[in-house]
Amino acid sequence: MSTLNNPLLEAKGITKYFGTITALENVDLKVHAGECLGVVGDNGAGKSTLMKVLSGLYKPSSGSLYFQGKEEILESPKDSQNLGLEMVYQDLALAGNLPIGENIFLGREPTKNVGFLKFLDFNKIKELTNAHLGKLKINVKSADQKVEELSGGQRQAVAIARSTAFNAKVVIMDEPTAALAIKEVGKVLDLINSLKKTGVGVIVISHRMDDIFSVCDRVMALFQGTNFAESELSNTSRDEVIGWIMGKK
Amino acid sequence: MEEKDNKKESLYLKLMPYIEKYGILLLLVLMILVMHILQPDVFLSWRNVTNVFKQISWQSMLALGVFMVIVTAGIDLSVGSIMMLSLMVLAIVAKAGAPWFIVVITPLIAGFLCGLFNGAGITLLRMPHPFIMTLGTLYIFRGTGNLISGGTPISGFTDEVRYLGHGRIDLTWLGLEKSQYLPVSLVLIAVVYIIFWFFLNHSRTGKWIYAIGGNPSAARASGINVNKILIIVYSLCGFLSGIGALILAGRTDSGYPNAGLQSELDAIAACIIGGASFFGGRGTVLGVFAGVMIMGILRNGLNLMDVSSFWQQVLIGSIIVIAVYIDVLRRDLGTRK
Repeated sequence: MSTLNNPLLEAKGITKYFGTITALENVDLKVHAGECLGVVGDNGAGKSTLMKVLSGLYKPSSGSLYFQGKEEILESPKDSQNLGLEMVYQDLALAGNLPIGENIFLGREPTKNVGFLKFLDFNKIKELTNAHLGKLKINVKSADQKVEELSGGQRQAVAIARSTAFNAKVVIMDEPTAALAIKEVGKVLDLINSLKKTGVGVIVISHRMDDIFSVCDRVMALFQGTNFAESELSNTSRDEVIGWIMGKK
Repeated sequence: MEEKDNKKESLYLKLMPYIEKYGILLLLVLMILVMHILQPDVFLSWRNVTNVFKQISWQSMLALGVFMVIVTAGIDLSVGSIMMLSLMVLAIVAKAGAPWFIVVITPLIAGFLCGLFNGAGITLLRMPHPFIMTLGTLYIFRGTGNLISGGTPISGFTDEVRYLGHGRIDLTWLGLEKSQYLPVSLVLIAVVYIIFWFFLNHSRTGKWIYAIGGNPSAARASGINVNKILIIVYSLCGFLSGIGALILAGRTDSGYPNAGLQSELDAIAACIIGGASFFGGRGTVLGVFAGVMIMGILRNGLNLMDVSSFWQQVLIGSIIVIAVYIDVLRRDLGTRK
């Protein structure tokens, strides 16, 4: 693990209030290149809120974010995308009515100029999609297939492909295996491992100890909106991590 | 048995895109055939066909606008009122003696501003549903139109102003008779529909309109400014209603208080018949055109056969229900559960 290097992404003292509710209080997090950080915690522990802060969807009430050592303020998901910070949402955030390729490039579609007008370049979308899916070894019938026609695992694979199509440096995944059939879980975990090998920093939020212990290098637990415990994976055990989720050390 | 099912499913999957794209055109062709058989001398005559296009000309603009809104899973109930208000503005400006090139752009600007008002209200005031905002403006715009005109018709426009709605393109140079002209409004429908087809299918904004209808949170997470796109959509819908007003001004030579009354419902019906889904993200420009045509041909054909307008209402209502039921069946076949 490259713990000696500077972290790729670091959050310091993140606090988030929703009205009178404190969702996060003084939370720290960091992830290095090629490393997978597991984030665990019970429902309502603040995992999803933290991820939404990291992706620019929520603005923190206080605290700061550093990307490659530089402080960044994220106003919107666009800002985090521009940095190379990508998010795979639990509800997948795919438009079922659009084909795979158009989902992968949604919001960042390649265009070609015809006179002064900009038209979508469907050939390029298809070409880039096939190349990218090939690189990640994701099998689908065709890039033109609508996402609503895919299985849960295929959708998750498309969501991950989407997050890595633009030179992502950090990919954050919210419960990447929660909605999947057992035989599809393995494929997604393989995909995460191959992402790490390309030097991407991965943050996985999960309830499933199997996921955490097969892809993560380090694990941190949130409890009631605060940092509760953290450890290299090699220095802990499933039972201990499950205890952290319950709030026991 | 299982293999047979698989085969059946793959056949559906193969046919589905075509049925989804062109099924509604089949229905249209079928209707034309039936009408032709029932009224062989009149229905497909030059005079009657151009008549149908003239009759659907302004409705087709409202339907196209409402269609874009429905693709975003929204609704615009105010298009009839936008058209009426734009028409009244046009009439007042025309009566004030403004030159024709000013007169013809006033309804477009008025319609655009009305749409902008809707879009701003829906997004900035965070209305729980576009239904509420546009139900409100349905009253507001029509009331405003009556206020500025005193609730009385204003008639008499110049030929330039009436050109888009009333103009004729002479085809005698093709060896056709004088009565076999092309209505300008037909050309206008074609041009506007082609432009909007390009816009919705080949521009990023168009793609985002579909994405917002498919999954608004996905669109937002993709960095798309959903509110901005919605404001654009409602503004364009208003703009198209303004074009409708300009056409209607040409056709009737008059601004009148009842213009476009209940036409928002016709526009919605045309979209639904044409295969647009109320849940958003689904439907094509070609489908809307077919929907508008089906309603126009139905009215025209029933008029030719002297069927009472009460029966027309019953039939149009039935077609809406049947068309949506076909849509339900299609979704059952095409989508994994």
